[in-house]
This record gives sequence, C-alpha cells and structure tokens, in this order.
Amino acid sequence: MKVAYWPGCVSRGFTPELHGSMAKVAPLLDIELVELDRACCTGAGVIAEHNQELADTLNARTFALAQQVDGAKLMMNICSTCQGAQSECQERLDANAEYRDHVNTTLSAEGLTYETGLTNKNFLWLLVEEIGLDSLRSLVKRPLTNLKVGPFYGCYIVRPRDRLGIDEQHPRDHYLDQVIDALGGTVIEYAGMRKCCGFPIITMNKEASLKQAGRHLGDAKDADADCLVTPCPLCHLNLDLQQPIAEQVVGRELQMPVLHLPQLVGLALGLDPKELGLNRHVVRPTSVVDWSSSVVAAAAA
Amino acid sequence: MAEVHDRPPEQFTLKMRRYDPESGGAPYWDEHTVELEPHRSVLEAILQARDRFDGSIGIRCSCRQAICGSCGIRVNGEPALACHTHLDAAKRGADDGVIEIEPMGNMPVIKDLIVDMDAVHWKKIQRVTPWLLAKQPVPEREYIVSKEAMVDVTQTMGCIQCGACVSDCLAMEVDPGFIGPAALAKAYRFVGDPRDDQQFERLNDLAQDPQGIFDCTHCFKCVQACPKDVNPMGQIMRLRRIATNDHHINDPNNGKRHEAAFTTLIHDNGLLWEAELLPRSYGGNSWFGKFAPPAGKELLSSLPAILKALVRGKVTPMGALKPHKLPKADLKSVQAIYDKIESRDERYELNLYITGEDEKATPPGDPVAVGVTHEIGGSEPPPVGAEPTDTPTETREPREG
Repeated sequence: MKVAYWPGCVSRGFTPELHGSMAKVAPLLDIELVELDRACCTGAGVIAEHNQELADTLNARTFALAQQVDGAKLMMNICSTCQGAQSECQERLDANAEYRDHVNTTLSAEGLTYETGLTNKNFLWLLVEEIGLDSLRSLVKRPLTNLKVGPFYGCYIVRPRDRLGIDEQHPRDHYLDQVIDALGGTVIEYAGMRKCCGFPIITMNKEASLKQAGRHLGDAKDADADCLVTPCPLCHLNLDLQQPIAEQVVGRELQMPVLHLPQLVGLALGLDPKELGLNRHVVRPTSVVDWSSSVVAAAAA
Repeated sequence: MAEVHDRPPEQFTLKMRRYDPESGGAPYWDEHTVELEPHRSVLEAILQARDRFDGSIGIRCSCRQAICGSCGIRVNGEPALACHTHLDAAKRGADDGVIEIEPMGNMPVIKDLIVDMDAVHWKKIQRVTPWLLAKQPVPEREYIVSKEAMVDVTQTMGCIQCGACVSDCLAMEVDPGFIGPAALAKAYRFVGDPRDDQQFERLNDLAQDPQGIFDCTHCFKCVQACPKDVNPMGQIMRLRRIATNDHHINDPNNGKRHEAAFTTLIHDNGLLWEAELLPRSYGGNSWFGKFAPPAGKELLSSLPAILKALVRGKVTPMGALKPHKLPKADLKSVQAIYDKIESRDERYELNLYITGEDEKATPPGDPVAVGVTHEIGGSEPPPVGAEPTDTPTETREPREG
C-alpha cells in the first residue's frame, strides 16, 4: 500500500529513532512510504493558537501535497500531535466551501489546491483498519510473549471522538490494546493510559507537566508494566527524555522504558533492537530487550 | 421513534461508588439491578435503586432534561449528565455489561454521587469576574452589536454549570489551583462580548496568573466532557490568541514567548527546531534568547535529561545546533503564506459554531483515497442524509486595544 507519509518534525529531531524505525517496519508491512518532504510543521496547535487561518493554510498545503502523490491510498501520520492538529484544520476546511476557497486562493500562488475528503490516518489506525489485526498477527516472527505492555494513547488521537471518527465501529481509542495483543504481548491497563503526558505545558508549568508524566509512569509501574508504548513522539519526550527529571518531581524511581509504536511492531516482526533505535532512549529498555541475544525478553514470569 | 420506546423493560446492573465522609468509613462499591426500558436514563436507574433498595443513596438532580446541570456524575469513567445518558448506551460502554457509576472528579465528595461544587467549581467561576463590566456611557436603549459577536458568546452562555469539564480536567488533577475550563469559558463569554469594557484587564489578569490561561494542557478532555458543546479548551485558546496577538500581553509563564518562538521558528525553517524552541520560550524570541538568565537556569535544571540524551546518541550536538529546514523553494512558499496572512488588517477566522457545516464530510472511519484523481478517479458521493445548512458566514474577531 502506497501512502503519503507525514513524519512530523520531532520524529526527525529529538526522536530520530521513531522515523528510523518506521522506515524499517514499513516494508515488512508492505507499506510504501512517500515522504512529504516539502511539507512544513503542522503547528502542533500552537500556530492555530496564534492565527487560525495561518495554521489552516499551512496544513491545507500539506494536504494538497499529499493529494498529489500519485497512487497513494491515503495520508499517514506517525505523530499523534500532528494528527490532532491536522484533524482540527481539516474539519474547518471540509465543513465550509467558502472558507476552503479562501484558503485555496492563498495556495494557488504555488499552484496547489486542497480538495475536500482527504483520508489521513495515524499509523495505529492504518495497522488496524487497512492492514488488519489478523494479517498483522500472521506477520509476527517473535511474539511478545510475557511482555507486559502499557498502552499510552495520549490525547490527540483519542479526543474529541467525533472529529477523530471514533465510534462503536471504529474503537480507535482501543486500537493500541488490540495491536499489543495481536503482537503476542500482554496489555496492562493503568489510570493514565488516555491522559495527557504534560508536554504542551512543559515550558509554561514544568512542575505540573512532569507531575503528569511521572504519575502515569508510576501508575504503569504499579500495574506491573514492563514498558509503555506510545504513538506520539511528543508524549515520548515527556515520558522518556524527561523521565530523570519527572522522577525528581514525583519523588520516586520510575525506570520505565517507553517504546514508539513502530519499534514495538518491529520487535515482534523480528527486527533487531538496534536497527529500531532502541539503544537511543534515555531509559534503557532492558526489561524489553535482551541485548545479548537481541530477543524480546520480558522479566521472567 | 415509537419502536424505540416500545422496547420492553430490561435488567441493568449498576455498580455504584458509595462514600459518606461523615461516617468515618472508607468508600466502597455497591451493586443494584434495576428494571427499566433501555431508552430510560441512568438517572432513572439510580432513582429506582434508591426507591427500591437503598434510600440512603446520595444523588443530586432536578430538571431531568439536561438543562439544570445538577446530576453530573461519571458513567464508566467518563463524565456525563445522568439524566442525559441512555441505559442501553451506558451498558454498551461498560467493560463487563455492568454500568459503573461514580461521583465527578477533582471535587470533594459530600456523599456518594454528590460533590462539593462550591468548594471548587463556583469558587473558580467567581475568580473570573463573571459579569459584564459595561462600556460607558451605557446607552439609554439597547447596545447595537453584530449578530456574529453575540452568536459567538452564546456558545459559552450555553454552559449549564454541571461541572463535567471540571471533573475531567487533567491540568487541575495535578494543579488544583488551575482556574480551569468552566471558569475560563465563562471568562471568554465576557472577553468576547463587545459590550464589555475590560477586555485587556481581564486578559492581563488571566495571563499573569501562573494558573491561568497558560496552564491548560490542551488535552481536549473538557471538549469531550461538555454535554452542551461549549468547547472550553477552544475558548481558552482564543483567550490566549487575543491576549498575545491583540494586546501583546507579556506574561511570566512563557506563554507569549513560547507562541512567538514556535511561530517564528516555523517561519524561518519550515520545521520545528526543538533545541532552539525551549531556550527561546524561556529567554526571549531571538537567537540571543538562549543567553538570557531564565534560559540558562532552565538549561541547568534540564542537564540530567540532556546529558543522558547525548550519551545515548538520541540527540547529537550537531543535530541540536543546526535546524532541519525545508528545501529553499518550499520554505519560500511557506514564508509567502505567512506574509500574506500576517499582513491582513484583521484575522480571518472560521467559527463552525456560528456557520455550521455546509457539507457533511465523509466520516473519518470510512476511507476515501488521497489521490482521488489517480487512485479512484473521482470523489465519493456525499453520505445519505447529508443536508446543506444555512449559508455560511465568516467571522472576524474584533481587534481592540
């Protein structure tokens, strides 16, 4: 399946292991990634906070570039924050023809036009809805047996439900659980799995921000998780990169490895942990990977 | 509809969290099975349980038609009005078919499902001066204001003070002093009202407060929780926009600096440069920002994370010092978009609350090809039942001060 692929900024900046692992996993899932390397940052909600028309136009430009990718079935994201920011802009663009024309007038300087009805899916949604859990299960080479994985959904791909197309037929707010299960792992439920990682206020109220991250990591630890998995690189920044400081804020040792979704899929599909960049995390995923044999190694049951 | 209402009564099991702080006992779970038609409300089920099995169940309610805001509770972990939640839907949303009923969060429990709204919610509402501070002189007859401006504030006027958004606020969960979604939505009701005289003062107050508009974590919990489509988080973002862009209010919470740094970095590079964003948010929106004392202090406190990231090769010194940029031609196009939009006299905004939707987009769950002309050869027909609504109007926000 060919997709117009938007990796976002952070997956090529402070979480390069995310973009790298997606590139390794894609061929195993028969996904052809056509990278939207001409597209700009989605604004992560911050540009929309500054100027709504600016955010809508910049994202309409990205959508228009995606619509030019010949033969692409849909547009795919690996960043929940990008997904959420884009969905909000797309909702306005798709809802009102007059507004869309107005935005397209700006885009016409570059010869671009956004046509309504773009399908834009997070990698997680694509895994479940396009590839299918049965196919995914059949591709597993190294089941995550005995690995206790806490799903961390974050906010941007679970709320608001209407805008994100979540309903009883599309329980997208449960897909991480389903994917962990399909890969042979054990799903660990804990209080913070659909809460905010705190990243959006890291510069505004660092203590509150890291208290959020620290609590969720602590909840997962108390629920006996070996690791967390997240579809959002910004969540990863607060949960992994900032974990040493979150430990100070909540006053407890956490040592909770946090995997990006493509890394977890890649491990189960037989890829080498180093290829997936698992050695590049701040919290070493020793509870997940036995480095001597490169085999998934959950804590002995 | 008659068919729905003709469905015979069924059994529904409620698992209710009980707690009476005055008893000195710990909270506990209590189960009751009631019999009602599936379209009946969770409130009716609770009341039946109280009438038939245990008269001591504490629940507050009044109108039973989703307008008084009294019966806010949590159903299966999600905030809801008990009277506005159908039993069949609640049962479908329950993990094991047992409907879980709890009091709202972020507020102390008085008894069972009754929380102390005065202690939290109403105090916060009072915090934002929830009345009009009229422009002087007050006209002898009515004020003349644009229809759009009044329709705009009716969205926040729709709030029924049920506390569902307060219950679910994730910022308040870690920072109970946060003014919170309901009160900030109420603040927008007056900030957005063209008759109010104190827009700058109101915004300055909310921007300077460390637990004001910049303490919101943008988690969409309140948007999802609200039974009346008030969109509190959206209103908070608009408060920020007017404070920083129209009134140029500087705040001690890095709110304005963060927004300015982010927007500038995307203008200059097209892509985010994280290593530059953080120091600029603390120290000021220029290359020199990182040398300002607040940026240095932040850098020092972040050293445990930065050093580990460097050791693990997650972040390389070169990667941190050099931005990743768009190709030149594309960066120019992005900058042209910035120039055109930023040079407008007034911000151009679409408010779907005012305009409604003129076309029903295909639900995101049903895929439509991206490259429609290449892959499928045409766009999908509109879904059955999609009806055009009123002619859309655009709205322009007032720029005052």
